[in-house]
Amino acid sequence: MAYTEEELKKELETKEYEYGFYTDIESETFPKGLSEEIVIAISKKKEEPEWMTEWRLEAFRVWQQMEEPEWANVTYKKPDFQDISYYSAPNKKPKYESLDEVDPELLATFEKLGISLEEQKKLAGVAVDIVMDSVSVATTFKKTLAEKGIIFCSISEAIQEHPELVKKYIGSVVPQKDNFYAALNSAVFSDGSFCYIPKGVRCPMELSTYFRINQAGTGQFERTLVIADEGSYVSYLEGCTAPSRDENQLHAAVVELIALDDAEIKYSTVQNWFPGDKEGKGGVFNFVTKRGLCEKNAKISWTQVETGSAVTWKYPSCVLKGDNSIGEFYSIAVTNNFQQADTGTKMVHLGKNTKSTIISKGISAGQSQNSYRGLVQVNSRAENARNFSQCDSLLMGNRCGAHTFPYIEAKNKTAQIEHEATTSKIGEDQIFYCNQRGIDTEKAIALIVNGFSKEVLNKLPMEFAVEAQKLLEISLEGSVG
Amino acid sequence: MDNKAYSNMLQINDLHASVEGKKILKGINLEVKAGEVHAIMGPNGSGKSTLASVIAGKEEFEVKKGSLALEGEDLEDLSPEERAHMGVFLSFQYPVEIPGVSVTNFMKTAINESRKAKGLEDMPANQMLKLIREKSELLEIDRKFLSRSLNEGFSGGEKKRNEIFQMAMLEPKLAILDETDSGLDIDALRIVANGVNKLRGKDNAIIVITHYQRLLEYIVPDFVHVLHDGKIVKSGSKNLALELEEKGYDWLKQETVV
Repeated sequence: MAYTEEELKKELETKEYEYGFYTDIESETFPKGLSEEIVIAISKKKEEPEWMTEWRLEAFRVWQQMEEPEWANVTYKKPDFQDISYYSAPNKKPKYESLDEVDPELLATFEKLGISLEEQKKLAGVAVDIVMDSVSVATTFKKTLAEKGIIFCSISEAIQEHPELVKKYIGSVVPQKDNFYAALNSAVFSDGSFCYIPKGVRCPMELSTYFRINQAGTGQFERTLVIADEGSYVSYLEGCTAPSRDENQLHAAVVELIALDDAEIKYSTVQNWFPGDKEGKGGVFNFVTKRGLCEKNAKISWTQVETGSAVTWKYPSCVLKGDNSIGEFYSIAVTNNFQQADTGTKMVHLGKNTKSTIISKGISAGQSQNSYRGLVQVNSRAENARNFSQCDSLLMGNRCGAHTFPYIEAKNKTAQIEHEATTSKIGEDQIFYCNQRGIDTEKAIALIVNGFSKEVLNKLPMEFAVEAQKLLEISLEGSVG
Repeated sequence: MDNKAYSNMLQINDLHASVEGKKILKGINLEVKAGEVHAIMGPNGSGKSTLASVIAGKEEFEVKKGSLALEGEDLEDLSPEERAHMGVFLSFQYPVEIPGVSVTNFMKTAINESRKAKGLEDMPANQMLKLIREKSELLEIDRKFLSRSLNEGFSGGEKKRNEIFQMAMLEPKLAILDETDSGLDIDALRIVANGVNKLRGKDNAIIVITHYQRLLEYIVPDFVHVLHDGKIVKSGSKNLALELEEKGYDWLKQETVV
């Protein structure tokens, strides 16, 4: 069953008794609280070089001076940062011996998503017999990538193996002091991915499949760094459509993308973390900083499908530094029950002839609140910058809310900025029309929602799009009575 | 099964229905047999569209008394989609828009949902394509039209033609055309009527709801009924429609009072 906050607290408390910090550095979980010692201990645990430890400490010191932001259109009980354990080694022991022990509700959802049995086991934390298929597939992937000189590994491994790249780029797009949660992440991140595509290389595969096979669980403070060298291309998929019932309530990830001259990065996310129960209890707080830097003629596209989390606070952004660079943001954010999402993007135009496109689709149901917040900023030297924004909201029922907060700052008079916004409601007439054609209400809603989201779904890689479509249906199940 | 063969396609007995507490239908009796086309005429507010909605099962309409059955099967407790699966089709007076959902996708979903309800597999793609090609030719529909979002930005004529295209795709037993002629110019009317005529058959029945005689010149009914104040006040052959055209409805209203 899903963890309630109380159970979570209890578990953390008992764990603290179980493992004393100084007596057992090999423990799976660190004691609660955050201090310089903890930051050093995390770094040590990961056998990091000194520069990395220093970098983390700098972040920690900045974080201490900072205050948790309150400007987002969300209300929640602020986490007690001294009541969180900041390091938890990946649990190698399977939680269950067979699928029979797993929450049937979770399995039913897997079923609906069409996830294979082996994968179900993996996701639910069931012991998996050696799956020859996955192993060999993973090996093949690794080989193909290596042949092209592509580096794709965990961030910890990258710090060990490719320190020069990490040192050069980490924090170059999202500095440690960027914001409260970015600073926290910089101090304590324990997991994440690293990807480097060499000059002129076109990554031959979507980096998701590999990712999904190799990464069983996600960390609480993930750090992702993707570097596309000059003229290279990569499509990166993050997340999983399968529901993640993570025990960690607070998630504060940082993702940095660097697209050097003429490079292109497509970054797609499907996020389906536990949103809390129907009464709005429990659920993940997702406070993410995602930003990409475009050099000359480079292009970064963010595509996201957000259906999970109790509170989401997330603005994948593009800094269009190089001339002729392009930034894109395509987003579907679904909120149901008591979920709250404040999400959008920032497009910062610095270079000449830079272009950005924003397509945001917000779907609110239940008693949820869904806000789009976006900034389009045109610097004084950004001649001929162009932006097109479209923000559409779809409401279901009459107890939810949709909000749009577009900010535009244009300091160059050659800028062309367009903003379009619509709000619509799924009408009873639409539902009856579908019913009359033999389509039941649940399916009718799925159809209408998919139609509404089509422009964004089309941007996802094919295989992911089909899953995302199913996910939208499931997220809104039972939301119209 | 044999019983069904003898029962009427649609049987309505003493039907009373209200919406938001307001009585609209006040005792309708109607029998429609397979192979027949019935026209229902009447002035504004007489209850024509309500009757269509009640047959289709729209929730706001509350059946207070009486019964309605399709091929002998009582419809009262069935949802709109269940009625659709049984073969009830309503061509809407005001078809709704569904942005981002193409006509093809909508039809594919509708057909497969009906098949699912009958325990059948999804229709194979090649069969679906063949059906679409066949029916779009029947109704002189440009296939480009089918990839457009359902009714979004459609002209009045396109919307109505799309309704009849859906009817052709779903092959209903009982089709109700609710003011299909409204908003159509004469050319569009002819195309739509031709389409409907091609779909007439001995195993299905059609109810045409209209204000005007005009449509009935193209879709010639077997019976004409006049609805006034929630009741059928007169029934007759297609000549009744001509008579109405000539005299208007007032003489019938007076007749009911007497």
